[in-house]
Amino acid sequence: MISSIIFTVLLVATAVIFIRRIAEIKGNINLGRDLDLSDNPSERWKTMARVALGQSKMVARPLAGFMHILIYVGFVLINIEILEIIIDGVFGTHRLFYGLIGSDLYYVLIGSFELLAFLVLVACVVFLIRRNIGKLKRFSGTEMTKWPKSDANIILIVECFLMLALLTMNAADSVLFMMKDTWVMQAGLDHYAGIEFPDSFWVSAYLTGFMPDDPMTLFYIERTCWWIHITGILGFLIYVPYSKHFHIFLAFPNTYYSKLQPSGEFNNLESVKKEVEMMMDPNVDPFAAPAPDAGDVAPQRFGAKDVTDLSWKNLMDAYSCTECGRCTSECPANQTGKLLSPRKIMMDTRDRLEELGKHKRANGSESEDGKSLLGDYVSSEELWACTTCNACTQACPVNIDPLSIIVDLRRFLVMEESAAPAELNGMFTNIENNGAPWQFAQADRLNWKDEA
Amino acid sequence: MESLQIKTMAEMMAASEEPEVLFWVGCMGSFDDRAKKITKAFAKILNKANVKFAVLGAEESCTGDPAKRAGNEFLFQMQAFANIQVLDGYNVKRIVTACPHCFNTLKNEYPELGGNYEVIHHTQFLQSLLNEGRITVEGGTFKGKKITFHDPCYLGRANGVYEAPREVLSKLDSELTEMKRCKQSGLCCGAGGAQMFKEAEKGNKEVNIERTEDALEVKPDIIAVGCPFCNTMMTDGVKHFNKENEIEVKDIAELIAEAADL
Repeated sequence: MISSIIFTVLLVATAVIFIRRIAEIKGNINLGRDLDLSDNPSERWKTMARVALGQSKMVARPLAGFMHILIYVGFVLINIEILEIIIDGVFGTHRLFYGLIGSDLYYVLIGSFELLAFLVLVACVVFLIRRNIGKLKRFSGTEMTKWPKSDANIILIVECFLMLALLTMNAADSVLFMMKDTWVMQAGLDHYAGIEFPDSFWVSAYLTGFMPDDPMTLFYIERTCWWIHITGILGFLIYVPYSKHFHIFLAFPNTYYSKLQPSGEFNNLESVKKEVEMMMDPNVDPFAAPAPDAGDVAPQRFGAKDVTDLSWKNLMDAYSCTECGRCTSECPANQTGKLLSPRKIMMDTRDRLEELGKHKRANGSESEDGKSLLGDYVSSEELWACTTCNACTQACPVNIDPLSIIVDLRRFLVMEESAAPAELNGMFTNIENNGAPWQFAQADRLNWKDEA
Repeated sequence: MESLQIKTMAEMMAASEEPEVLFWVGCMGSFDDRAKKITKAFAKILNKANVKFAVLGAEESCTGDPAKRAGNEFLFQMQAFANIQVLDGYNVKRIVTACPHCFNTLKNEYPELGGNYEVIHHTQFLQSLLNEGRITVEGGTFKGKKITFHDPCYLGRANGVYEAPREVLSKLDSELTEMKRCKQSGLCCGAGGAQMFKEAEKGNKEVNIERTEDALEVKPDIIAVGCPFCNTMMTDGVKHFNKENEIEVKDIAELIAEAADL
């Protein structure tokens, strides 16, 4: 009874903390500019099914992709058992689903969960070895400072403990089931009455040999593991939205809102369109009174200086990033030793957004903190190293688009600050003056026809 | 050498003729000495195939691609606005271009600004000319030669065109070998995103050297390209390794023109 109350309190507290954090993240994402992505729902669902549910881009790297699928499938399916654990926890029952689905099916169900748990354990160990001993280049890099490294290890280690707790719990339990007619009843563990299995469970069977004979000790082992497992999972739920591991939730909406256009297509800035029409279109009246419903809105910046100049999708991208570094390892600039790392762009965007969101929650939504993404986080040298080749967007397993942020920051540098590299300013001037990026006369464009 | 028979849109219109397709030459194709050879090769193929085509000539102007990639949206939209005026003035419906950057910009970024055309990359156009039998190539010229194709980012990843250039190359009766990074995972030549017009940022290597190493690994006789910018970068890369006497860097249009004995 007491344990039911403690459990319910923990559960509710976790839910409250989790929901508050989600609201915080949602508020942060909404600091971005509006962008209508309500088009093509069917194509969007398909993209989500293929990329997030089907993990289609993960398997571009077969080993990591396969291991990730093990953890992913394990995570999703073991949740069914977590449902049982939660119900058991609240109502003080024991293995409630046994009564609902019958002995045989339950035995198979638990057996398959154990198999998955074992595979997850193996995958986590492999990942830990790869990450810490394997010296993979993409797990280092300037942005992979202390916290991102620990973040990755914390989750993997916690997952190992969760799986070990699950298996030990089942081992202890199955030994108790076997002896229930004699010892268990005497020890007063009558909730084991009426539960019968043909044998030990598939994986935890290998642990039963290590179990003690005393039913009370077994009972305490089972209970301890049960509590470790469930509090571990609740702790995980609180931790995840502060971590790169938030991708387990955001991968789905983020792929749903993927860019559907060809990746070479960059958006045409609406704000610029109006100005250009005013300049070039003789039919536009530059002195026309603004439309009555236009309101008194301050003109937007051209391009982006800070996270609030980016679209909400850019910001959702930032929270979806799990810092795997595939973008950076495919980036031609990064491969050739330039400062640019698309992963750093995404991490910087998220860190800056977190900082700004915190500031605004503390000081009011109109308050500014005097910092910005460009300058305080991302340098122009990084931005000017980009070849816009789309290798990063192709590599991202959850369709994050670092390129769109890079271009928006460049736009601010060029159009608001006139801070393009000198050679590029020369190129602009040439295009303006003679319609080509070099100093050739437009009249000479057809000279090739008569040249030998 | 006699000059090529090339008509401009203005000449066509004066003769009240309408071309089957507009050949958008692009700035590289108009002014760069190396790229002009690609332009000529492609024009010869078009003439040979009896394609009724025209160019804009002095009325053509930069699509604005390098300005847009560099962040100068103003300049890009001004160029687009002016180009759309010209294209619509001639009632252009189909455009073929040998530059993937022009291709991407005209095809994807002009429609929203009011310019709607069917835009085709020259490798796709060559593919249909070959498939329809409007041109034929003798396999002999390249028999036994090893060719590797470098995917231009703005044709491949940016627009998903991977097969057309390969299918065209397959007609050459040569040995087509893929680099270890190809198609979706092809490495950039280093010229995109307006890098062509500036010094590279500080690093420990040039991107085109990295890419040329990929190409050298498969020991090709010819590195085939489909973009004038990639052509420059790969040619420089090959020279860097002093291999210019063993390995040629050629556009697909040049290879087809050669095979068709033009």
